[in-house]
Amino acid sequence: MSLSRRDFLKTTAAATAATAVGITVPQEVEAAAKQGQKDWRWDKAVCRFCGTGCGIMVATKGGKIVAVKGDPAAPVNRGLNCIKGYFNAKIMYGADRLTKPLLRVGPDGKFSKKGKFQPVSWKRAFDEMERAIRKALKEGGPEAVGVFGSGQYTIQEGYAAHKMMKIGFRSNAIDPNARHCMASAVVGFFQTFGIDEPSGCYDDIEITDTIVTWGANMAEMHPILWARVTDRKLNDPKRVKVVNISTYRHRCSDLADMEIIFSPSTDLALWNYLARSIVYDHPDVIDQEFVKRHIIFTTGFVEIGYGMRAGAEAKKLGYSEKELETIRHEDAKTVSEKEGPGLAALGYKAGDKMVMKHRGHALGHWEIPFEEFKKGLEPYTLDYVAKIAKGDPNESLESFKKKLVALKDLYIDKTRKMVSFWTMGMNQHTRGSWVNEQSYMVHFLLGKQAKPGMGAFSLTGQPSACGTAREVGTFTHRLPADMLVKIPKHRKVCEKIWNVPEGTVNPVGKQHMVKIHREIEDGKMKFVWANVCNPWQDTANANHWIKAAREKDCFIVVSDGYPGISAMVADLVLPSAMIYEKWGSYGNAERRTQHWRQQVVPVGEAMSDTWQWIELSKRFTIKDLWGESKIAGGKKKLPNVIEAAKKMGYKETDTMFDVLFANSYYRSFKANDPIGEGFDNSEVFGDHRNVKGSDGKVFKGYGFFIQKALWEEYRKFGIGHGHDLADFDTYHKVRGLRWPVVDGKDTPWRFNVKYDPYARKHAKPGEEFAFYGPALKNIKRGNLKHIEKEKGKINLANKAKIFFRPYMDPPEMPDSKYDTWLCTGRVIEHWHSGTMTMRVPELYRAVPEALCFMNPKDAKAKGLKQGQMIWVESRRGKVKARIETRGRNRPPQGLVFVPWFDEKVFINKVTLDATCPMSKQTDYKKCAVRLYKA
Amino acid sequence: MSNQESKTTKDNKKPKVEITERRRFIVLMAQSVGLSALGGLGWAGYVQEAKSAPLTLRPPGAVKESDFLKMCIKCGQCAEACPYDTLIIAKPGDNKPVGTPYFIARDIPCYMCEDIPCVPVCPTGALDVDSVSDVKDGKKELEIRKAQMGMAIIDKHSCVAFWGIQCDACYRACPLLDKALKLEYKQNKRTGKHAYLLPVIDENVCTGCGLCEHACVTDKPAIYVLPREVALGKVGDYYIKGWDKKDEKRLEGISTDVTTKTKRSEKKAQDYLNSGDLFNDK
Repeated sequence: MSLSRRDFLKTTAAATAATAVGITVPQEVEAAAKQGQKDWRWDKAVCRFCGTGCGIMVATKGGKIVAVKGDPAAPVNRGLNCIKGYFNAKIMYGADRLTKPLLRVGPDGKFSKKGKFQPVSWKRAFDEMERAIRKALKEGGPEAVGVFGSGQYTIQEGYAAHKMMKIGFRSNAIDPNARHCMASAVVGFFQTFGIDEPSGCYDDIEITDTIVTWGANMAEMHPILWARVTDRKLNDPKRVKVVNISTYRHRCSDLADMEIIFSPSTDLALWNYLARSIVYDHPDVIDQEFVKRHIIFTTGFVEIGYGMRAGAEAKKLGYSEKELETIRHEDAKTVSEKEGPGLAALGYKAGDKMVMKHRGHALGHWEIPFEEFKKGLEPYTLDYVAKIAKGDPNESLESFKKKLVALKDLYIDKTRKMVSFWTMGMNQHTRGSWVNEQSYMVHFLLGKQAKPGMGAFSLTGQPSACGTAREVGTFTHRLPADMLVKIPKHRKVCEKIWNVPEGTVNPVGKQHMVKIHREIEDGKMKFVWANVCNPWQDTANANHWIKAAREKDCFIVVSDGYPGISAMVADLVLPSAMIYEKWGSYGNAERRTQHWRQQVVPVGEAMSDTWQWIELSKRFTIKDLWGESKIAGGKKKLPNVIEAAKKMGYKETDTMFDVLFANSYYRSFKANDPIGEGFDNSEVFGDHRNVKGSDGKVFKGYGFFIQKALWEEYRKFGIGHGHDLADFDTYHKVRGLRWPVVDGKDTPWRFNVKYDPYARKHAKPGEEFAFYGPALKNIKRGNLKHIEKEKGKINLANKAKIFFRPYMDPPEMPDSKYDTWLCTGRVIEHWHSGTMTMRVPELYRAVPEALCFMNPKDAKAKGLKQGQMIWVESRRGKVKARIETRGRNRPPQGLVFVPWFDEKVFINKVTLDATCPMSKQTDYKKCAVRLYKA
Repeated sequence: MSNQESKTTKDNKKPKVEITERRRFIVLMAQSVGLSALGGLGWAGYVQEAKSAPLTLRPPGAVKESDFLKMCIKCGQCAEACPYDTLIIAKPGDNKPVGTPYFIARDIPCYMCEDIPCVPVCPTGALDVDSVSDVKDGKKELEIRKAQMGMAIIDKHSCVAFWGIQCDACYRACPLLDKALKLEYKQNKRTGKHAYLLPVIDENVCTGCGLCEHACVTDKPAIYVLPREVALGKVGDYYIKGWDKKDEKRLEGISTDVTTKTKRSEKKAQDYLNSGDLFNDK
């Protein structure tokens, strides 16, 4: 059969597109396409980088990935990519890939914390890990074994890690870097909807006519979505309005009709201004019917601190006097002139002392009457809000007020569909959970939520922050499918699915990402393993954590593709297979789950994180792990479940491999599955490298389809509970599906009976919506200031909540000594800590170093020049960076922006480890620095 | 040698930074260029390289290439002053007039220092301070944005933004972002829901610094800088844009020699008329 080049291209495209939609391609055409590609192979995958979830096609030849193309059949990106996605083919082949386990050894060849890295066998690596874990368990119990997980875990590897931690080691000290990324969004979802993740989807972009970005630089962080926003604007430039709300000018302002530059943290006040305008000045725009049927009003405590260490605790640990100046606010603060008026309804005024007496109950909230809600909003007038929120000292108050009014007019326009997007600006915030709740407040009042083209929409940063971190629940407090370790019923459900004794799951889940670092510093954490993340570069106030990791008696293991700062502080470094070197799946920001097959055999002796976890599970038996042990500071105990396990048919000599991963259910998934035909599967079959495994013998594979088994077990948790995922095979045929997937159909908009089968199931007859999320639906009642016990509890099945939340200052603000705000973030060219993208020559060349973006007037006033190296110094640390006064980001006077991808400009030595006390997500956007010539 | 030299510098108490290997090389190179170059390459090569090289990017403030070659004394001081090591002194084999300063944007572009250290040090005016200065409040101030080192050109065929890739690395690298390099939005009809973000150069603003060329992610840059004389066309002065008042500027100093000549007008009118023969078909 001879085909012209044109015909060939046509057949290839037809075959690709047909696969996407499940159409059968005529055999002859398919054969022709295959013949044309005999030298290489195309297969579908997903982009390695952000939460957008673009589909790509990967070309392999001679066991290497040689090219990628955007997948024209992928609904998110229709064949396009951003500049990072464009380089997916190059990310795995940096010359310094980790190819062998590396252990710190002393002159005697034994492990030494002070030793130098030397290559070791996988067997030796697991021997050392086993030794360190046994020591940790003995000295500190299960909670002395910790894991830094990731929103970049594949779903299967996150699930394997989670399973081994939560029921193998019975430690909840596993928390993902997603904690730094969207934990505030999660709290917002749980508190408001009772269930995690957005109600809407990306289709909102094409349907809406008003797009407001709140602390989201979509142009650089979600470029393909921004291309969709831009297209929408071009479709109807007069009607479609785009507003960019930020603390500094970034590239989204290029397209925007209006840019609002606000003072850090006052987004809280901006949302309240919108709500106040609606409630007081435009009550006619309230969707009364919607609010009456589906909403209750709530509030919570304000005296909740800032997620820092308590003052006394920090002092005892030897934190410096300078650091303590900020840390003191954790215990108490003086109400400022800025926040005083906004706290009036809560009984505070400027100058009052606020004692953080509810630090332990930050999530507490209760129902309040609408009149109380209204009273809370009363101070948020245009005058007050404009005064505290104006972020550019060179803008006039009048101009700023005009913008706020224009913003309000857009929101309240009944003919307008509204989408509010946010990312890190609202999540990395010491009141991030509040400001997330506030976005729903405004959308709910207007009845502009959970409808096509309308809604407050949390954009996710990482490729599987939703799919793995949130849905699998690789957080300290979570279990799969939105279940929580603290809820006995949830633990029981999980123990049943996992077929382990009741009482196996540890009920205390408080060891979040920052807490794990703090516990290393405290000497409590004895073993820590970092998977698919770079926690010593990406955690704020890094000087403390680096020092702790190197000096404390804690064995640090880092699995990674490339050597970064975390590998440098580790005791043992494990070479991990990277994305296309393993089978996997990711879940993006619109609830779309996408799977891919292993495309190539990993480099060197690298093995997947799933394999590493499963191999570790072979080292521990039921007898080792399921006895009685102390937890949470010795107050509670985990019961001995060995006898119960025996009753279930287990032997106490059974390893966790036997119990968790190689049981009869897992083994029922046959190795030879049509889905895998023609593709490598290093875990199932081993591969041509003949890597010597954890027992020192050549690893020949598990012999059953482990990735499919993990998937099929995992999806049991969500079926029937609003988290339904399709079966493994389906995802290998389609371009992703948005859960809940019921009867083979995905769900674009949740809670809306027209689109969501669960809303139909839960809604009362005649109702259009059902906010069926089950969490936090039985709450106390009270007024703005406190709970009124005598009122009892209220049940709000199928209802969502509108919260009143006031404006509060962050714990550290510029003053005479440290006079400038520091905001950190990302650039489009580099992904997170740069371990992958800094190895792509083109991306390295495009942006070889992190710059300090500064207003030229500030530079001039401080006697600094464009291009000069300066010190950026806070109370915690300092780094050198080059000044950029004319680049992509244009801060107002008084603020600088420094990206964090560059390990040479280690900006997290400077940032503050204050978190939202509810979500425990760090505020990387606000701390005070001083700038001077280097 | 290195120690000795830095010691000498110290003894002389010159308030100067320690001379780097590279800079010493530049100076030596420049000083000895006339002699050593000849020795190595022979006369023919020297003649060849000494001619103007039309694709050469010169430092900011460089006068017209033909004048520049006359005025530059090849002292190397501009290259010595450059804090980014952007400027190179042409050596034999560079295919540039030997000893003259130039830069290769793809290797090290001009970072457009606000105090333009390379220009005021020029002893001959080959780098003209006035051409990169502005008068502000009656005071002459250096203004790097007036530099005309070259102009960026985009090869739309190779530029991935024209495929729909969200790249714009050049745009974000531009020190005159949104002025010299702007984005044009265009709908992507193929996908039906994305837009192209296309880089567009404003030739009136672009200084030719080459930061865009340096940042470009394609194997061979799809955006690159050429000397303005090479990159730009030139429109005749006999037509002025009726919709642009400023365009009348082109009339300033316009020549009054307006006679046009074509092959048709070769003969004088009288000669033409007398030579006419309309009746014999040729």
